[in-house]
Amino acid sequence: MTTTDTTSVHTRAASLLSFEDVEMTFPDGTVALHSVNLDLKRGEFVTVVGPSGCGKSTLLRIASDLETPSHGEVALATDRIGYVFQDATLLPWRTTRRNVELLAELHGEAKDRRAAAAQETIDLVGLSGFEDHLPRQLSGGMRMRASLARSLTLDPEVFLFDEPFGALDEITRERLNDEVLRLFSEKKFAGLFITHSVSEAVYLSTRVIVMSGRPGTFVAEFEVPFDMPRDPEVRFTPEFAELVGEVSHALREAH
Amino acid sequence: MATDPTTTAPATTAEPATASAGPTATTPAASAPTKPSRKKGQSRWLTWGPPLGIAALIIAAAYIANAALGDRSFLLPAPHAVLAKLWDPTTAPDMWTAAWRTTVVSLTGLAIAIAIGVTWAIIMNQTKWMERALFPYAVMLQAIPILAITPLIGFWFGYDFTARVVVCVIIALFPMVSNTLFGLQSVERGMRELFQLQGASRGTVLRKLELPAALPAIFAGMRISAGLSVVGAIVGEFFFQRGTPGLGSLINKYSARLLSEELFASVLVASLLGVAIFLFFGWLGKRAVGKWYDFG
Ligand SMILES: Nc1ncnc2c1ncn2[C@@H]1O[C@H](COP(=O)(O)OP(=O)(O)OP(=O)(O)O)[C@@H](O)[C@H]1O
Ligand SMILES: [Mg+2]
Repeated sequence: MTTTDTTSVHTRAASLLSFEDVEMTFPDGTVALHSVNLDLKRGEFVTVVGPSGCGKSTLLRIASDLETPSHGEVALATDRIGYVFQDATLLPWRTTRRNVELLAELHGEAKDRRAAAAQETIDLVGLSGFEDHLPRQLSGGMRMRASLARSLTLDPEVFLFDEPFGALDEITRERLNDEVLRLFSEKKFAGLFITHSVSEAVYLSTRVIVMSGRPGTFVAEFEVPFDMPRDPEVRFTPEFAELVGEVSHALREAH
Repeated sequence: MATDPTTTAPATTAEPATASAGPTATTPAASAPTKPSRKKGQSRWLTWGPPLGIAALIIAAAYIANAALGDRSFLLPAPHAVLAKLWDPTTAPDMWTAAWRTTVVSLTGLAIAIAIGVTWAIIMNQTKWMERALFPYAVMLQAIPILAITPLIGFWFGYDFTARVVVCVIIALFPMVSNTLFGLQSVERGMRELFQLQGASRGTVLRKLELPAALPAIFAGMRISAGLSVVGAIVGEFFFQRGTPGLGSLINKYSARLLSEELFASVLVASLLGVAIFLFFGWLGKRAVGKWYDFG
């Protein structure tokens, strides 16, 4: 753990997360991933789209070492990883503030230090005023933002998102997308984002990867040319629509 | 900054959460001021009405049976005669002292059962093989017919306070073990992984995740065990006659002497004690976890 931390200093420009010929076969014989190669650098925001059940969550679980691949190499050059799950996974007995503090608490940080860090990220995601609310008193979107704030307290170098906004309405989702983009510009992490929505993928990322159906493998890749503090208006340009069309097309072929 | 749209959104979205805590929401906004109060009165009537109605039926049936029994009416004394025994200076002091004694025995037994039960469940929760090794014994404990082993308990622990408490513990233990274990294992996989990702130790996961998550189940177990521990205390007192008499001792004595009004009165006190302890632990559970869990 400490050794990877020092290497991350030297590999600043190099990749933070890399997959080399990764395969995942579960004990029951399900082949979830097949020869996956990926290179994720600082300042990159890569989004993966693919049909349901193709192994996208498995990809993130392997990246974060929750799961060990049955074949291939995974290198993660930092131990500061943020992971936003598909649901908010807030502890229902803790207030927003105490939930956001949790990760720093688990790393044994002093009380005032973690309180300050929590307040900062709570403000950042726009949850000020709801610090003392319990998760059940928050809306779905607010819970997701609390979850986001919690990951941010670690100041992650690699940020994994597993369809975090899939369950939210269009407006809330767009607003949270803007928040993620703002955080990305501010914090300069490397992002790996899973989604079902092609326009969300194109809007958020510097690179979009399309996965095929199970066993999942990368079948197409698109560079997103738009500038990076991204202008929300870009979504209404013909270039944007064209790229969304191309990705959708590739996705349909992959099914 | 993006804070202005986000701070206005919460204010509106937070509203339903507080509103839903009240009685059922009504659709037309105009009728809101009058409706809730009537609803509240209605719901109070709905909670207390039916059980009180049943109580009235039972009391009426008791009077009818009492009258019908004629000279064998001692089999079912008239309710008012039973109630009178609770104030009668010749019997009441005995009964209230005994009730206090029974309370002490059952609360002692309950406290021990909670301590042992929670510890047992925590140990079983550590590894799958420990659960496999220890759970059958929890089930066995539950399956033991208590009357079959009371002679043994008296034999080992003497025929007074300690033996009574042991009976309580044996009867009250199983719900604590099974509920706590269920609670500890009810933690969602995502939350476990959240802790795992931070490299949290087994002990940290237990303290900060599993135990808090298990609290609702633990309190529900306590409420069941509390009722059972009163049963245990009375069974213990019924058989172990040394030391200060409890309600079980009185029930034994009154039934031997065919003092039916006193017998019914002490059974009534025992039942009320069980109900009071059950309600107390329900209240305690609600206080402890009601904020974040709908503790029935
Ligand atoms: N622990 C496991 N054991 C066996 N099979 C598994 C396990 N976890 C996942 N799978 C299988 O692996 C495949 C990929 O699962 P995964 O959760 O990665 O899909 P996904 O792409 O995230 O799908 P979705 O978009 O619906 O979330 C599925 O077919 C699933 O059934
Ligand atoms: Mg998934």
